Amino acid sequence: MRGALCSIAITLIASTTLAFDIEQQQLFQGQGDETISILSTTDIGIFRPVIEAFQEVRPDIGVDYVVASTQEVYRAIYEEGAVFDLAVSSAMDLQMKLANDGLAQGHSSAQTEALPDWARWQDQLFAFAQEPVVTVVSQAAFEGRQTPATRSDLIRQLRDDPETFRGRIGTYDPRKSGAGYLFATQDARQSDTYWRLSEVMGGLEPKLYEASSAMLNAVESGELAIAYNVLGSYALARLDQKGAATIIELEDFTNILLRTALIPANAENPSGGAAFLDFLLSATGQRVLEENSGLPRINAGALAAQSYLRPIRLDTGLLVFVDPLKRQQFLREWSAAVVQ
Amino acid sequence: MKRVVNQSISIRRRLLLQLLLVAILLSGLLYLSVRTVADSAVERTQDSILGAATIAIAEELRGGEEGVAVDIPYTAFSMLGSIGQDRVFYRITIGDETVTGYDELALPTEPLNGLTPLFYDDAYRGLLVRAAAVERSVLVNGKALPVRVIVAQTRTSQETIVASLAERAALLGIGFFVIAVGLSLLTARLVVKPVSSLVEAVGRRGPQDLRPVQRPVPRELVPLVTALNGFMSRLSVALSRTETFIAEAAHHIRTPLATLRAQAEIALRQTENEEARQTIRSMIRSVDTSARSAGQMLEHAAVVFRSDQRADEQIDLSLLVEDITESYEPSAEMKGVRLVCLPHAQDITVDADRILLEAALRNLIDNAIKYTPKDGLVEVSVISADGFARLEVKDSGRGLFGAQAAQLTGRFQRGANVEDVVGSGLGLTIVKEVARSLNGRFEIVEREEGGTCAALYVPLRSR
Repeated sequence: MRGALCSIAITLIASTTLAFDIEQQQLFQGQGDETISILSTTDIGIFRPVIEAFQEVRPDIGVDYVVASTQEVYRAIYEEGAVFDLAVSSAMDLQMKLANDGLAQGHSSAQTEALPDWARWQDQLFAFAQEPVVTVVSQAAFEGRQTPATRSDLIRQLRDDPETFRGRIGTYDPRKSGAGYLFATQDARQSDTYWRLSEVMGGLEPKLYEASSAMLNAVESGELAIAYNVLGSYALARLDQKGAATIIELEDFTNILLRTALIPANAENPSGGAAFLDFLLSATGQRVLEENSGLPRINAGALAAQSYLRPIRLDTGLLVFVDPLKRQQFLREWSAAVVQ
Repeated sequence: MKRVVNQSISIRRRLLLQLLLVAILLSGLLYLSVRTVADSAVERTQDSILGAATIAIAEELRGGEEGVAVDIPYTAFSMLGSIGQDRVFYRITIGDETVTGYDELALPTEPLNGLTPLFYDDAYRGLLVRAAAVERSVLVNGKALPVRVIVAQTRTSQETIVASLAERAALLGIGFFVIAVGLSLLTARLVVKPVSSLVEAVGRRGPQDLRPVQRPVPRELVPLVTALNGFMSRLSVALSRTETFIAEAAHHIRTPLATLRAQAEIALRQTENEEARQTIRSMIRSVDTSARSAGQMLEHAAVVFRSDQRADEQIDLSLLVEDITESYEPSAEMKGVRLVCLPHAQDITVDADRILLEAALRNLIDNAIKYTPKDGLVEVSVISADGFARLEVKDSGRGLFGAQAAQLTGRFQRGANVEDVVGSGLGLTIVKEVARSLNGRFEIVEREEGGTCAALYVPLRSR
């Protein structure tokens, strides 16, 4: 009996010992034999309520939830041929590349058909949450000052008082973070102000991060005065209660990131992946996502209400910045501006 | 009298069929041409966007000391999403070396002409793609390098658009067909109209109207109408000849018989030899029989002739019956038979040929008187029943001796019990002929109390 358990454990480890880096993994046991394997960039803590809600509807299905970084999710599917039934990522450009290059399979249901056009690409890539990319400022650092409303405001304040902000500005390192790269490239695409801001930040010895949570920690602790380009959902979840920081949606433009999911072409249980996807997009799934996970549901009305909210479009334009030459060139420019 | 005409497919139907065939053909052609035009229009639209994207990339190519700098503009790929959500593949090469993109994407087989895009269809990763390629030389270290840019896009959206256009084209074709059907029906009716109105005009004519057709007819029908007019004039001549012939025949037969009878009577009076008188009497009877037979044969011929060209008029049967009964009273009286016209309703009217009707009634009454013994009774009546007028002649004579109506009404057929009565065997034949001509019927039965009941039914005038 003991030997049998051991061998099962070893098989499990063997099957999950892949070449890409896994951050977290948890098996949500189901009552039956069927299991869906999900590769995701979203932390287990955030996604747990959704998985549990799904298992209330389908208690027979187990969910093997694997968390990795955006780059690793992309690499696992694109290069290593890792077998998963659903790939969830916040890096829209990489997901787009997967879908465009034929690594996703089609799925069509009432739920996917109900999505607005901008929230899906063909029958392959589906957005299930929309969240603003925000700036978070420490209230202590901005005591007696007005919080910036636009990037130009921010540039002016940084220029006016460089000593206050030196070494206390945090942002993503696009060389290391897929989400950070997406935010930087979309900023650059939206406006040339981004390059001016980068130059100014570069002159103030910015700290570079790979994840939103670390940046938020640093703002909370007072180490950072400003965290530029943070995922809105993380910021809300972390900062709402404490009041140590303020979340700002910059009014010249605020990018809206879409979290997307696709069913990989080589999925072993594509119908299971599709069932989970349909649940994510269903009214129940969307409600649980918004209320329990803090990931805002897909809502065209909310976007229309604020003109500065710009959803990053799910189209082939996203492929441009995935091009290695383009990426190299962009990062060279970015490094020249920020890493001085 | 309905004649069976050897009927072939109607002109209208034939015309309609041909028009519909043309409509189907034209609808099909319309569908095909709309589809072809739509196909090429959609392809051209996709091509122009694809070409623009390719040129946009090529224009951002820069030379330098380190090599060729490729800076793909965001809009280049973004604009490809404007038609639909198609997959995009691209490849940039210097010489044969791929600088970036999908290095399995096929290179164009034809030589490129600078920034004018070359379009071609290809298969990539098992997908049909439309590709555009341009070429541009870039200076690197003072050396011109040929750089090729190829952008390819799947054709899913194009096919979707073409399919929806095809659906519309099909609807257009069907709509066109429906309109064509309506117009064909109308045309067929209009074309056939002169024919049908001519047919109606000819059909409406009475049997005696043999005037030539005078109405204007389309040129195509002139020969037909000319032929018809010719037939009718010949028929008219033939009929009048027949009429004249019958009249003359009657005259030519009756006159010598009357003369013969008169001379035989004179001879009878002058002769006292009983044997000779006997011979003359039998001769007179034979002459009578012959005269009667001749009369009836002529009457029969007249009735048959008349059936073909009835001259119907409105006839009050009660008056007719009274008149004719009255005219037979002398001969009934002479034979000692009581002839009675029973009381009847006043307004029993029919549409019929008077001469035919009179001939029939006369024959019936004559027969009844002939076969009724002295002191017998003959009753004539007319009543209306079930849409028919029933003319009835009842006698108290010797009956039919078991003979049936069918036998009695045959030509020259007489009953088995009539040896002693002068008759030709044509009387009831005439009555039957009249009944048929007037769309009525004739019945003759033996009465239970003795004697015969003969009834002629004629359709009542429809109100």
